Amino acid sequence: MIEIKDLHARVEGTEILKGLNLSIQPGEVHAIMGPNGAGKSTLSAVLTGREGYEVTSGSVTFEGEDLLEMDVEERARAGLLLGFQYPVEIPGVKNVYLLKAALNAKRKEQGLDEIEAPAFMKLIREKLKFMKMDNSFMHRAVNEGFSGGEKKRNEILQMLILEPKLALLDEIDSGLDIDAMKTVADGVNSLRTAERSILMITHYQRLLDYIVPDVIHVLVDGRIVKTGDKSLAFELEKKGYDWLLEGAA
Amino acid sequence: MNQYAEAFAAFNQDAESGWLKSQRIAAFARFEHLGFPINGVENWKYTNTKALAKRDFLLPKTVDLDAAREVLKARDVALDDHRLVFVNGVYAPELSNLSGLPAALVVEPLSEALDKELELTCGMMGRLAGIDCDVFTALNFAFAGEGAMIRIGNHQVIEKPISLIHLSVAGDQASMSHPRILVAAGANSQVRLVEHFLGSEEAVHFTNRVAEVVLERNAQLTHYLLQEPGDQSWLVNRTHVEQKRDSRYYCHHINLGGKLVRDDLVCDLNGTGAESEFSGLLFGRNKQHLDIHSLVNHNEPRTYSRETYKAILNDKARGVFNGKVIVKKDSQQIDAQQSNANLLLSDQAEIDTKPELEIYADDVKCSHGATTGQLDETALFYLKSRGLSDELARGLLTLAFANEVVDKIDIEPIYQLVETTVAGHLPHQVNLDDL
Repeated sequence: MIEIKDLHARVEGTEILKGLNLSIQPGEVHAIMGPNGAGKSTLSAVLTGREGYEVTSGSVTFEGEDLLEMDVEERARAGLLLGFQYPVEIPGVKNVYLLKAALNAKRKEQGLDEIEAPAFMKLIREKLKFMKMDNSFMHRAVNEGFSGGEKKRNEILQMLILEPKLALLDEIDSGLDIDAMKTVADGVNSLRTAERSILMITHYQRLLDYIVPDVIHVLVDGRIVKTGDKSLAFELEKKGYDWLLEGAA
Repeated sequence: MNQYAEAFAAFNQDAESGWLKSQRIAAFARFEHLGFPINGVENWKYTNTKALAKRDFLLPKTVDLDAAREVLKARDVALDDHRLVFVNGVYAPELSNLSGLPAALVVEPLSEALDKELELTCGMMGRLAGIDCDVFTALNFAFAGEGAMIRIGNHQVIEKPISLIHLSVAGDQASMSHPRILVAAGANSQVRLVEHFLGSEEAVHFTNRVAEVVLERNAQLTHYLLQEPGDQSWLVNRTHVEQKRDSRYYCHHINLGGKLVRDDLVCDLNGTGAESEFSGLLFGRNKQHLDIHSLVNHNEPRTYSRETYKAILNDKARGVFNGKVIVKKDSQQIDAQQSNANLLLSDQAEIDTKPELEIYADDVKCSHGATTGQLDETALFYLKSRGLSDELARGLLTLAFANEVVDKIDIEPIYQLVETTVAGHLPHQVNLDDL
């Protein structure tokens, strides 16, 4: 699905990613954990093509294509979708406009016709119900005035509708109470298929109780310093990151 | 100026002697005395009228109705209305519709009103916007003859909107018109007035319109000013509203471009409880120049005004917003709010915004705010990260910016026209209609 090789990236002249390697196969769920400043957010920014992040060397191959050569919107259409840590409020743009435009952009890429309005509305209502969201969400402006939990649920709702090949979830658990986290986790778990991959970036181990990953990586100082199965999360919870920091230095 | 003198002499020489003829002469003298505001007149600081002053505009001899029909076909909002259509300022009965006017409603071209009710009509002319007002108003008065008379009887709620269509088409030479619109809304009446300024791309026309509006006690007028005179046309617009006790004036002021468009809007809140609300959009492209000057006079206690103006400027377009509020001494318990937000879509677009408050009372609530910026980059990134093209994402955000103003337009076909014009560069994959 995605192959990251020896990735180096800079932000405002400072090197943040220092030779990151990561490979995710179709159907796998990976989690990246790490202390503050390890480069977690930089990784998600580089993968989605945010401005201001300069890749100095290394490569990222997504489905056999050079991801770093693609524009932001091309990456999304190719099937890489980011769930934002801080979803953006966009006054005046209704959710329903965004969803329809996004879905049709993807369908166009696949050579399909635009979705018919009744089929679209049916799809939306079904997914809204699953995410325990009210139908009125559709006619509200994107994330405007949403609570933290509503914003994160909205991110997952978009995933359910746009069905990415690789869902990249950046601290999808931050700012959520336990009930909201369960709803979000249910949404993410429903995304799991034999073909779809998920990459979660998280600071907290608790999320992994609800979305159990196949592989856990520890990111420290711009590099993956340890990779293991879900038991690694418990170890981290008990011992913290310090023992790994020493190892990295 | 010479061509104006010749045009004026030809225009006024055959007129019957009387008040109107002598007023026109006085008005023209005033115009000649003042001249066009070229050299640093404060009120015209940001708007250059040199190009306008240099052109030779003549009153149209004939008008091309077929060309007018074409323009209407493309841009008319086609309401079920009472309508007067003016082509290059000349009343066109063939395109107008005055059938089924309610008994207590008068809608007629000014030329007829001057024939039928000379005294009444002259009594309304120049009372609010007289020849001393400014040079354009004086020029308008000098050529007074076309326009509209609208009178609504007491207690009447007029169901259909009244539309005045100011349409310009190409002629043998650059042409001008000086319409004067007189509106008297009786006590407790309610009416909607649509004025649509539109023209063909080839039209080279100078519209110099003056409107004088009187709202009697508890009257309500909703005014839809839809301005798109065409890229080679000038529009100078003065709207002066006098409001009596408890009257409401709501103005949807949509400016979609033109070579140069200047608006002077004046509201005199002369009775307790009177309220005015302006909700406006300036949408400028290319080298268009769009200038709004508003003035609200709170002359009595407990009067209210709200102004929300938004500007979206692209290319080398330039916008001006000057909003003035004056609260007279002893006008207590006033609430006056003003906001102006601007979106510049190119580095070469420019906006000059200047709120002015003059407050001579102490128990008042006045606020004003102005912001200017570009499209929000984080919002743009968010939309593109969902697969939307750059063009579509920008279009949606631009439309969203305009929506606070555009959404308030409660006549659906006008709303549609404005929305599609602003969203003009949205690719069609977002079909807004079926959502």
